[in-house]
This record gives sequence, C-alpha cells and structure tokens, in this order.
Amino acid sequence: MAGDQELKLLGSWASPFVIRARIALNLKGVGYEFLEEGLGTKSELLLKSNPVYKQIPVLIHNGKPICESMIIVQYIDEVWAAAGPSILPSDPYDRAIARFWAVYIDDKWFPLLWKIIIAKADDEETAEAAEQVIAGLQLLEEAFEKCSKGKDFFGGKSVGCIDIALGCYFGWVKAAEKMAGVKLLDKEKIPLLMGWAERFCSADAVKELMPEVDKLIEHGKMVRARLNAAATN
Amino acid sequence: MAEEVKVFGRWTSPFCCRVEIALRLKGVPYEYIEEDLSNKSPLLLEYNPVHKKVPVLVHGGKPIAESLVVLEYIEETWRRNPILPEDPHRRAMARFWTKFIDEKCMPIMWKSLWSEGEMQLKLMEETKENLSILERELNSKKFFGGNSIGLVDIAASFLSCWTEVLQEVAGISLFGEAKHPILFKWANEFMSSDAVKVCLPPKDELLSHFRAMKEGMSATKAGQN
Repeated sequence: MAGDQELKLLGSWASPFVIRARIALNLKGVGYEFLEEGLGTKSELLLKSNPVYKQIPVLIHNGKPICESMIIVQYIDEVWAAAGPSILPSDPYDRAIARFWAVYIDDKWFPLLWKIIIAKADDEETAEAAEQVIAGLQLLEEAFEKCSKGKDFFGGKSVGCIDIALGCYFGWVKAAEKMAGVKLLDKEKIPLLMGWAERFCSADAVKELMPEVDKLIEHGKMVRARLNAAATN
Repeated sequence: MAEEVKVFGRWTSPFCCRVEIALRLKGVPYEYIEEDLSNKSPLLLEYNPVHKKVPVLVHGGKPIAESLVVLEYIEETWRRNPILPEDPHRRAMARFWTKFIDEKCMPIMWKSLWSEGEMQLKLMEETKENLSILERELNSKKFFGGNSIGLVDIAASFLSCWTEVLQEVAGISLFGEAKHPILFKWANEFMSSDAVKVCLPPKDELLSHFRAMKEGMSATKAGQN
C-alpha cells in the first residue's frame, strides 16, 4: 500500500504543470522528494525518465516514471484513492465532463495565454489573444456554475480535477496581465471564477505552491528572451 | 431498460472510428448519425457547443465530446472486454501513449502529407521517428493492450486504412512493412479483428474522398496565385 514507498517529483517552481502534481500529492497527504530542474537544463534523471518529451513534471514512484501532468494527477488519485478526497468525481458522466474541461483548458485555452506571455512588445496578436482568453474564461465561468452546484470548487466541497487543471495557471494569468498590459481577470465578466480563484489559492493543498507573480514575470521574461533568441538563430 | 446510445460522427474521421470500435468491442448497441460537417445539425451544435465537432457520444440524452474522453467514459460505463489495465502504472502508460499519438504522431503525419518541399521532408523524418518510438513501445506484443485490443490500439487506428490511403494520395511513403515491420504487422492484425473491421470505412471511397480534398486544395492554391 502507500506505506514504504520511494516517491520523487522532477519539476520546477514556476511550472503550472508541476504545481498540478504537487497539489494532488498534497490533497492525498503524500510525502515526496522534490527535485528542482533549472531553466534551460535537463538532468540525466529527467532524460532517462522521460525520453520521449524530456519535460517536467515526472513523478517517479518506486523507480517507475509517470509523465504528463494530468496523467500524473489521475495516477495519484488512483494509487492513493483512500488517502484523501477524490480528485476525479465518482460518477462516470461527471468524470467525462471533468476530463473534457481539462482537455479544453490545456489544448485550447492555455496556448492563447502562452501567446500573450511570450509576445514581443506591441504585438498585434496580443489583443486578439487576450479577447480569446477572456472568452475562454467566460465559458469556464459557465462550467463552474454547472459543476460546482453552488459549492466552493469545480470538484464540489474539495479541490478536484478541473480546479487543479485551471487553478495552476492563475499566477501566470496575473503575470501575463502585467507583462502585456492587458486585463484578463474582470470581476464583472467572471464573478464566480474570481471568487473561486481566491478560495483555490488559499486552499491548504495549494497555498504554499502558488509562486509570487513578480517572480513569474521575471521568469516569463527570461523564457520569452530565450525563445525569441532561438527564433532568430 | 438500457439507456440509448447515439454516436454523431463522420465516416472519414479516424476519431469517430475510435468510438465505434470501443462500443463494438464491448457489445454496446448504438445508433450512428452521420454529420455533414459543412452543414452541421442543430443537435450537434447543441451537444457540442464548445467545439462543434464530431465525434459526440450521447448516452441517455447526455452528450460527451473529445474522442479520448469518450473512450474513458465507455470503459467506465460498460465493463465488458476492458480496454485499460487494472494496474495504475500501466493505465498511466496507456494514457501517455494515447496522448503521444494525439499530440505528436497524428498531427505531424497529417501535416507531412499536405506540405511540400523542405518542410515536407522534415515532417516526414519526424513522422518516421514517431512511428519508430511507437514500434519500440509495441515491442513483441500482439497489441499495445497485450493479448487483446486496448486504449492505445484504438487510438492508433489511424495507422490502418487512413495512413495507407493518405500516403497514396500524397504520393509519399511513411509507413510500410520495410520501415516499421512490427507496427505494420500490428496494423494488419488490428484491421482484421472482428470489432474493428466493421467500423473501418471502405478504402476506395476513402481514397476518392481524400483525392477530392487534395484537388480542392490545389485548386485553391492555383486560384490564389
């Protein structure tokens, strides 16, 4: 069972994907060794554990690696099912809805946010991307109303799958606002999500993990500079 | 009484085929509704307002979209002939490979078939490498799922008739017995299994469809010059 086990997480303090895995482990009260990967470097262990993508996060459980953040979250939910609240709902239809929104967030919504983060100054596309990010948040506001059923989180009483999938990006949304000078979080447009975000960021399993926005901005500028340098070479 | 199951799909789509294969494997009766994607039905728009795409599975009036999400729902709802293993690590690995197929294999292969020149050569190389990675994962197993068809096999169904047809239309070779013998053998085994063969579109009709698509694209390009 969960007792004597070797658990390592390869990650970085800034990565929203890594934060997802850490929230899940916190929800289940599971201890682990966190191995920080530096920006621009990839350790031997990372390359060996994730040869296909060479990316963080990687969870290594008794020597066996698990890659891809939402796959890691589901794995944690399954292995430590009894140790803490369920991350995915129990009903198959509700689980499908949770997975649907997790896919939407990663495949459709986040790439737009990323565009804003790495955009050069005065990029025309930034304004359009910002509008699309806001439209996405409005869709998620409706999803929150349906999924939460009046409770605190998408997952109901406790932090669940969609909370983790979306909430991990919250610091980056604020960083993007400052970096690009756009307003993405509007209490008028997404009142329920704004309330949710506050509760999410102060939840026990989450509060110590959310990075400071200023540090994210600094990090974001470094990532942007590296990407732009690579593009011109 | 069992709640009715409907699948909204497009006969040319490998994503829709995945859903039908899974339902057939589990012996679940369903009604198939063919969508004209140039003229989407009001029902489709109601059931998948976010993406307005197929496939959509509707079970007892409740819609689910996104093929891999649908496959997991089918697995959890109808327990016969499981497509995911019990062991959590093996389940995580199956999910990893289906994501690899959806995010890397399929899109890059698709792009390589429709691009030209230097870009096409680069994408072809990347496709062949992705197929080699898949082949190493398959190793000596009959199916990715082991002795029986699993989630990864179903996700990889594009490697059956679609790849054959598209290579012919594009006039390039990416996947064949010589380059990927193990994966090629798997494809034949997969295509001839009972649950799969009834779901695959007829090869000659698929060929006509994609030839027409290519001609349409060339005409558009010519018109733009």
